[in-house]
Formats: sequence, structure tokens, C-alpha cells
Amino acid sequence: MVQTRAETADAYLDTLPPPAEFPDARGRYGRFGGQYAPETLMPALDELETAYHEARNDPAFLRKMGDLRRHYVGRPTPTYHAQALSERLGGAQIWLKREDLAHTGAHKINNALGQGLLAKRMGKPRVIAETGAGQHGVAAATVCAMLGLECIVYMGEVDIARQSLNVFRMKLLGATVVPVSSGSRTLKDALNEAIRDWVTNVRTTYYIIGTVAGMHPYPMIVRDFQAIIGQEARAQLLAQAGRLPDVVLACVGGGSNAMGMFHAFVPDVSVRLIGVEAAGRGIETGAHAASIVAGRVGVLHGSRTYVIQDADGQIMETHSISAGLDYPGVGPELAWLADADHAQYVGITDAEALEALQVLSQAEGIIPALESAHAIAHAIKIAPTLPKEAIIAVCLSGRGDKDMGTVADALGVTLT
Amino acid sequence: MSNEQRATSNETGSTRREVGKHIVTSVLMPPKGRPQSAVLTGVARISEAFARAKSAGHAAFIPYITVGHPDRETVAAVVPALIEAGADIVELGVPFSDPLADGVVIQRSTQAALANGVTLDYCLDEVRSLRRVGVTAPIVFLGYMNPIAQKGEEAFAALCAEAGVDGVIVADLPPEEAGDLRAACARHGVALIAMLAPTSTEKRIAQVAALATGFVYCVGLTGVTGARDALATDLRGYLDRVRARVSVPIAVGFGISRPEHVASVGAMADGVIVGSALVKRLDELPLAERASGAADFVRWLMGE
Repeated sequence: MVQTRAETADAYLDTLPPPAEFPDARGRYGRFGGQYAPETLMPALDELETAYHEARNDPAFLRKMGDLRRHYVGRPTPTYHAQALSERLGGAQIWLKREDLAHTGAHKINNALGQGLLAKRMGKPRVIAETGAGQHGVAAATVCAMLGLECIVYMGEVDIARQSLNVFRMKLLGATVVPVSSGSRTLKDALNEAIRDWVTNVRTTYYIIGTVAGMHPYPMIVRDFQAIIGQEARAQLLAQAGRLPDVVLACVGGGSNAMGMFHAFVPDVSVRLIGVEAAGRGIETGAHAASIVAGRVGVLHGSRTYVIQDADGQIMETHSISAGLDYPGVGPELAWLADADHAQYVGITDAEALEALQVLSQAEGIIPALESAHAIAHAIKIAPTLPKEAIIAVCLSGRGDKDMGTVADALGVTLT
Repeated sequence: MSNEQRATSNETGSTRREVGKHIVTSVLMPPKGRPQSAVLTGVARISEAFARAKSAGHAAFIPYITVGHPDRETVAAVVPALIEAGADIVELGVPFSDPLADGVVIQRSTQAALANGVTLDYCLDEVRSLRRVGVTAPIVFLGYMNPIAQKGEEAFAALCAEAGVDGVIVADLPPEEAGDLRAACARHGVALIAMLAPTSTEKRIAQVAALATGFVYCVGLTGVTGARDALATDLRGYLDRVRARVSVPIAVGFGISRPEHVASVGAMADGVIVGSALVKRLDELPLAERASGAADFVRWLMGE
């Protein structure tokens, strides 16, 4: 791979990544992906794909996106050498891609901004979104406020209860939050409800899906808007560390921060990509959300991918301490990366993530989101096994403020 | 966790024993050498039902119920009553945990069915039982892709044919993704019934027309399943566009809940599908009156 210092992190802000090998013309990533959608939505998916291809080839669209990435989102986000944490672990050097410093406190804004601009361009006045932890809902509400679009966010009742701060933020931003009481009342049900809304209002409505899951072309569009994470991190590591990382880590729920972080590194054969799934109370307990580690291939939300399901093909309830990872499916391209052996996947338990959240907070003064703490936990696990010169790049996908209630509960602390 | 428990109990409970029994019965059922004039199956049985309705001067009436809702006794009790009351084809919903094309009534019914331990195998068993007691009307499954994918397309189509399921409608399987299931269904003489929607383009209508077997399911409105007060105003234009290209019968569903809906759609289409309204009615009926109440409801819808 070319290791050039000429590439600077902000060289990518006005661009989207060039078309990749996948998806193919049918929206497939190997045996994964596709368009398992009700007929009502098929024309809208075609329309979206066409609009996206036009937008990505329109210099004015890219300029506008770049301008807002710089001045609204605050990109490029830094890549930070966590020296104190690395020293404490006594092994590989840990570098953090600081998506927690992006506007709204997580990587979700990258996708919401891109798709919000697309909605505006397509002349759709009404935007819907689903959210788990609330980060995507906040990002969508933020972008809609800025662009003058109506925003309706579907959120499971369980998630509303554990992420009340984000619910309040969305409302403050002018969005309507619709509680979802069907099924497990978490992210997957919020997705179902958003899709039902879209089926009903498809002519006037743009659906900003928050992750690299769902029917084609969503996994591709979300990946492309998130790819800036890895493009910047790669250039920053080359500039600041002088070389490519040995390992790239990211947490995986639906997988948008992981796909965004990984995409630029997929061609780098020397770089090991590791996706960290939520092992919840432990894979063996069944209370987890580790779709690739412990699921089987199935069809969920329009895509063929790894799914947590029972023998009859019913989608099972998942568990993770982090609402953003509490999802029984995973983006089809992440499933394909596993098949192609381009990426490995591991599970990190609730307890390990909680511990990692505290370790990073105290070693570096950075409180990560519980989602991101899963990736940090795996870095903590493997750093001591690697030489001091080795580099582990971790996508710190979001900040932990939203999780303080959950963390306090888990630690037995009562907040007043 | 409840899903796991459910799966376990189904594998060890009475369902398993019934499966074995029914397989034996059904293997013996087609009596070789006896010329059967009336025993059509699959695509042919569906076509015959539409033709018969047409020659009787009305559109085929197609009620939908969810298997195992409100309880496991419903299919055996209600389906014969629906047919007795005049249903030409019966649609049976195979429950799925994430029915993203369904409105709240059918969502609740499939959740109840899953809570009652209903699986795809159980649904097939219920059809075997209906055939064993002499139900000859076409039976069509309506479900979602994942349970079928877990069974495997070929195995699923073979089981449908063996159990007496004549057609299959999959709410999240557009023609682009239907290749494997279409081929498997074709091998076993089962109709894979395609769906069209008011948003379907001419190109998509033509694509479905070229592949359609049995009938085409025209979603009557832009939305999810569920009763509506009024039907879509542009229904006629949409059905005319479909009719211009599609040679198999066309049936309309979604939102149809009143006798005047059935009458007006029946004048425009070859079949009328009523789902949520009947599912809701079943919820209101006590067990003892379920069959007679469902039959009364069908007669009311059909304007009798």
C-alpha cells in the first residue's frame, strides 16, 4: 500500500469514496445484502439509488457536504495517541479516532448530514428515522433542524426509558419522537415501524436509516457517508505515527461506525480489521447481540445477513448494556467481510465494556459511549499481547454523556 | 429467551408427534390408480377457483386469518366455516416476529400466534389436517422470507406441495429476490404469487406479468395492512394499468373491511382479499361462536 504523507485528513472532506467492488448491481455483497422489501417500496429504492448516484457526481452537492463537514460537524476529527493508556497496558500503542468530538457527540452525524442533504435534493419535505441509543435520532433531528425538514423519529419504548436524555434532545431540536410498543420495543422494532411509515408515506417521505443495514442501496449509501472516518484516520496515522496501524477496531451493532472506519483499510492487507460485537451477559447465556459471532444467515429488514434467530426463523430478542448495539442483525458488508476473511469478529460482555469505560475515563480523561467502550475493551485485551511498536487504531464512535444513567445504575450509584 | 423456550417446547411437544402421524397419512393419501376428476392442486386449483367464481358472476372472495390466532384451535374450526360461507380461496398467515408490511391488527395477531407456539411446521400441519377432513378449496400461505429461508426454498416448496398448500405470498420478496423460491415452487407445482402496489412502475408491472403464477396480489393502497374507512380513490386507474399487462387473475387486498368495499373492488378485480377486519372480528368472538361468527362476518361482507 502507498504510504504517502501527501494525503492529509481534510483531503477527503469534499469527496465520497469511489465505487467499490461491492455492492454489485443487485445490491449484493457476496451472498449478503439485496432488497427484501415490500413491493410498495421498490420504486422508492430505485429512485433513491438514482438520486444518490447523481448527487455523488455533482460537484455542488459534494462542495456543500464538505463545507458542512468542516464548519458544522467539525471535521476532520482528531486521531489521538492514547499514550497513558498504552503505557499502562504495556503493549501496543492505542490510537483513538475521535468521532466523539463530532457535532452531536457521535459518528452518526456523518450519515445524517449526507442523507439529509440527499432528502433536500430529492425534494422530500418529511424525514423519518429510527433510533436505538438515540444518537442517530439526535443526529437526524439536528440535520433536519438545520435544513428545515420535518423530522419524525421512531424509538422503542425500552430505549426511550434508558435514553431519556437523548429523547429530550430530539424534542428540543424540533423532532417528533414516536414510541414503538411492538415486539421487543427496541431498535429492530423501531426499524419495522419506520419502514411501515415509509410504506405509507413513501411519496413525500425520505427515510434516513441510521446504519449500514436494511435494503440496498442503504448499506452502500451509509457506508459511503461514513467512510470519511477511516479515510481521515488512515491519513492521520500516516502523518502522525508514520505508518499504517496493525489492527483497526470498531464496535458493531448495525455496523455504521465499523464500516466507516474499515472501508479505507480494506485494501491494506497488512491491517487486521476486528469488529467487536456485544456479548451482553455472555454468548453462552443467549442474552447478547453478537449477530456475526453467534447468529445464522437469514433475512432481516430487507437484507440477507447474519441474524440472531430461533430454529423457526423468528428474530430473537437481543441484549446489550448499550442500546446502540442491541440489534439482532448486522450490515451485509460486515457479514461479507467475515466470509471473505477480511475482518474478524469478537464479543465483549457488558461487564468488560463497563470496565473499559472506566479505564479510559481515568487513564485518558475521555468518557466513551458504552458502544465504543466495547471496542476499547478489546483493545485493552489485546494490547498487552502485541509489541510496543504495534499500533491499534480504535474508532471511538461516540461520547459517554448519554450513558451516565445506565453506568451509574450498573455501578450501583444513585444519581439525584 | 422466550423464543428459545418456544422452539424447545415445539420440538418435544405434541406437535412433533402429529408431524409424524400426518406425514404417514399424507403419503398414503393420493390413491394411485383411482382417476380423480376433482383433485386439482397448486396453480391449477387456484386457477379453477377463480374460473368458478367468474362463471358464477362474482369476484373470488379470499379471507385471511393468521394461523394460531387467537388460539391453536382456530384454523381447524374456522377455515371450513369460511368456505361453507362462500370463501373461494383461503389465505393463512404464517406468523413472523417482524411483520414490517403489516398494520397493528395483523401484527398483534402474529405476536399472539407466536406466543401460542406457532411455527412454520405447525402451519403446514394445520393444512394437512384441513385436507384430511376434506377441505378442497385452494389454500395460500402469506408470510415473510426469513422462516422460509431457514427451511430452505426447495424444502419449503416440497412441504407446501405435500401438505396441500397451493400458493405462497411473501410480503418482503420482490421479483428481484424471488428467483430461488420461484424455481422451487415451479418444480413442485406451487404458485408463487407476486405482489404489485400503487407505486409499481409500468416496468415493474411488466416484470411481474411475465413471471406471475396463480394470481397477482394487488396491494390496494400505499400503506400497510389494516382496515380503512375509504378505499384509495385512484384504485381503478391502477388496476387498469395492471390489467393491461397481467393475464392471470388479479386480487386486491389491504384496507378492505366493509361490504361496500367488497362490492366495489369485486366489480374491478377478479378477487377480493379481506384480512385485518376478519382477524379483528375473530378476536371479538368467544371460542364457541368463532366458526359461526366468522361465517356470518363473511356473509355480511359478501352482501348476503
